[in-house]
Amino acid sequence: MNQKRTFFGILIAMALSGIVIAVLRHFATGIPFLPGQEQSVWLVEARVDFEADGGPVTVNLSLPDAQTPGFEVYEEQAASPGYGFAILALDGNRRAEWTKRDAQGGQSLYYKAQLVETGSDSNSAADDPGIGEEHLDYWDDAQELAAKEVLDLASEKSSSPQSLTRELVKLLNTPDSQNTALLSSNSTNQADLLMLLLNRADIATRSVMGLYLEDARRRQTLTPMVEIYTGEKWLLVNPVSGEFGVPPNLLLWHRGGVSVLDITGGKKSRVHFSMIRQTVPALQLAQVKNSESAFTRLGVQHLPIEEQSMFKLLLLLPLGAAVVVFMRVIIGLKTSGTFMPVLIALAFLQTSLVTGLISFVLVVAAGLGLRSYLSRLNLLLVSRIATLIVLVVFMISAFSIIGYQLGYSTGMTITFFPMIIIAWTIERMSILWEEDGPSEVLRQGGGSLLVAVIAYLLMQTPIFVHLTFNFPELNLVLLASILAMGQYTGYKLSELRRFRSMDDLG
Amino acid sequence: MTHAWVSTRRLKEFGMLGMNCRNVDFINRYNERKLFPLVDNKLKTKLLAQEYDVPTPALKFVVREQHEISHIERELADLESFALKPAKGSGGKGILVITGRKGDLFIRSSGALMDIADIRRHMSNILAGLYSLGGTADVAIIEDLIAFDDCFDGYSYEGVPDIRIIVFRGYPVMAMLRLATAASDGKANLHQGAVGVGLALDSGRCLNAAQFGRPIKLHPDTGRPLSDIQIAGWRDILMLSSQCFEMTGLGYIGTDIVLDKFAGPQLLELNARPGLAIQITNGRGLLPRLRHIENMTVNRRFRTEHRVDYVMRQFAEVDPSAQPSE
Repeated sequence: MNQKRTFFGILIAMALSGIVIAVLRHFATGIPFLPGQEQSVWLVEARVDFEADGGPVTVNLSLPDAQTPGFEVYEEQAASPGYGFAILALDGNRRAEWTKRDAQGGQSLYYKAQLVETGSDSNSAADDPGIGEEHLDYWDDAQELAAKEVLDLASEKSSSPQSLTRELVKLLNTPDSQNTALLSSNSTNQADLLMLLLNRADIATRSVMGLYLEDARRRQTLTPMVEIYTGEKWLLVNPVSGEFGVPPNLLLWHRGGVSVLDITGGKKSRVHFSMIRQTVPALQLAQVKNSESAFTRLGVQHLPIEEQSMFKLLLLLPLGAAVVVFMRVIIGLKTSGTFMPVLIALAFLQTSLVTGLISFVLVVAAGLGLRSYLSRLNLLLVSRIATLIVLVVFMISAFSIIGYQLGYSTGMTITFFPMIIIAWTIERMSILWEEDGPSEVLRQGGGSLLVAVIAYLLMQTPIFVHLTFNFPELNLVLLASILAMGQYTGYKLSELRRFRSMDDLG
Repeated sequence: MTHAWVSTRRLKEFGMLGMNCRNVDFINRYNERKLFPLVDNKLKTKLLAQEYDVPTPALKFVVREQHEISHIERELADLESFALKPAKGSGGKGILVITGRKGDLFIRSSGALMDIADIRRHMSNILAGLYSLGGTADVAIIEDLIAFDDCFDGYSYEGVPDIRIIVFRGYPVMAMLRLATAASDGKANLHQGAVGVGLALDSGRCLNAAQFGRPIKLHPDTGRPLSDIQIAGWRDILMLSSQCFEMTGLGYIGTDIVLDKFAGPQLLELNARPGLAIQITNGRGLLPRLRHIENMTVNRRFRTEHRVDYVMRQFAEVDPSAQPSE
């Protein structure tokens, strides 16, 4: 008894300390307990990788304007040990410059910016004088002719720079046209091609590089866009879809014909971007940055953004684990594989629920079919599982490709499923099928999916995402509840049904 | 009329043991982790039983390596009938019972025929760990087939009926007879549809019977009334189960015993996590008896026969419909 009391004492202390730390953090840093009380702040990290030649190095990276449509640069910093750093303004373009006397081997430079969503789409550069960039083409006579034909065709159906642009994009998107195939053969991308064509039609254009902001993305690249001058102002156009205007989640990173990244003294350079949406109120952001309290240093927010994105998922795992414990201990649901449902739920977070469910059921059902043939081949267990893994990889690739060809790009997300777990699930279900019949397979499979769906629904609820990420100490409360459930000796809900015949006796 | 659910209060009244309670209060508390392999591995159980003079079906030979399977027909040549089991199997999975031969073919207990290639495949599945907990590598045991007692004629469909007795700290606390049915495919496994017959601890007489968790009166395949069942030599069977406590040192075990026509009761296997369905077949919960044993002062060094006599007296059925004594 006494032992039990200490145990529950420790549990309560654990849960309380989690809550207390969370409250203290709340007051020290001003992070709110509820999501949505704050302005969205995007942390964007640009990472430049290159190999230094061994001499002086100058790295020059284009930066977004302090005010871009929809966003405002709130704070920026560079993390690059041993490098001199400065932000320069050249012809209205802001550029970051890193310099070092002596650098050798692989180098990584980071630039971090915090961007506040302003919601306004005021584009200060929209009212610039209508002087476009010069674009040089290297077209031969045949291409010259093709360009003329395409332009004629488009201008026939248009009346303004906008409509001409729209028609041109439409034509460029016709893959079987001989003219566009000819034209695109030596253009690096559709944006360049569109600008060349528009310049022919005497419409001023500017090239723009945009970054699509999506939460917890890593290794993203810039998307080329085009601005056209309509006669009164500059208008952004998506050279692939032909849509006008700045999409709400597009950050205009770079404008103009100069290159995004210049490096002297290095080679094999590339730049990629990581981003994360933070739930820190914009007002208190400065305080968090400036205060040197333990909370800010112990928070996840101070890790590089690439790692933060991972933490966002990682810190949700305890919630999924707690759901599994609850469903098995208190409810008494049978699942195939103890924590398989959590992994499936994590995959659902990437694929979205319906796509995830459909593809999971498809893959497992197809796998069961193939496995029934495998069982006739008299294989050793290890090679049978290995065969299943290979087959699962094939199936998932096939589903993705078919899905993509049918126009569902969501089919690609199926690759997020943990393949080895799926292979084992198929193996277990197939044995279950042989020994206990299909009804047991449906029961355990359904149980697993139900747990996975419940775990998914909780794990994607904004408040839980917000709390686990910003107040990691609250996971102590979850841990305490998991431990407490480990001591639960009462009946499971399923046992109230299982033992129902007892009701008739005595 | 049976309701869809039963209330927690009712279950408490009956002293029903739930799975969480079994795991936390009995298995975790009375079964030392390091002793589990003794019962999870049937080969170890068998060797231990021989050491303690506990009767068990004779071990013929063990297949440990994949290469032994290629010439297994030589080993099997002089065995007319045998049982092939995975050492670490659970829930009766992977057990193959061969009752006779027909030329080159083997006759299964179900009457189905198998050739030597089927036997080889089954063995290689066992070795690869298909039936073992967690898929770890395993060995295959070939042992004597039980010549099962005529007293169950008409009560079992194909398979061997076995007696499951829960033994708590050396005291048998509850018993049931498991009868194979067509639904259970000749297996004495309750969740596959075998009939469970609760047995009175003092006499080995039928108390109650259930299939799929619902009470029944007649065997579903043979139609014989289950209430006629009375196991002969009941005290010896309890003695055998009680001995398994000294043998393994495990405080809470399920012992599976079969009756051989010639050799009497035989220990088939032990289970360190015995199931809860035995309570349904007995129509009473385990908890009152478990708590009774738990609260006893066991400073007197009771021997097996004392313990058996004690439970036969203490848990005697005064009247079949009486409430369990506290």
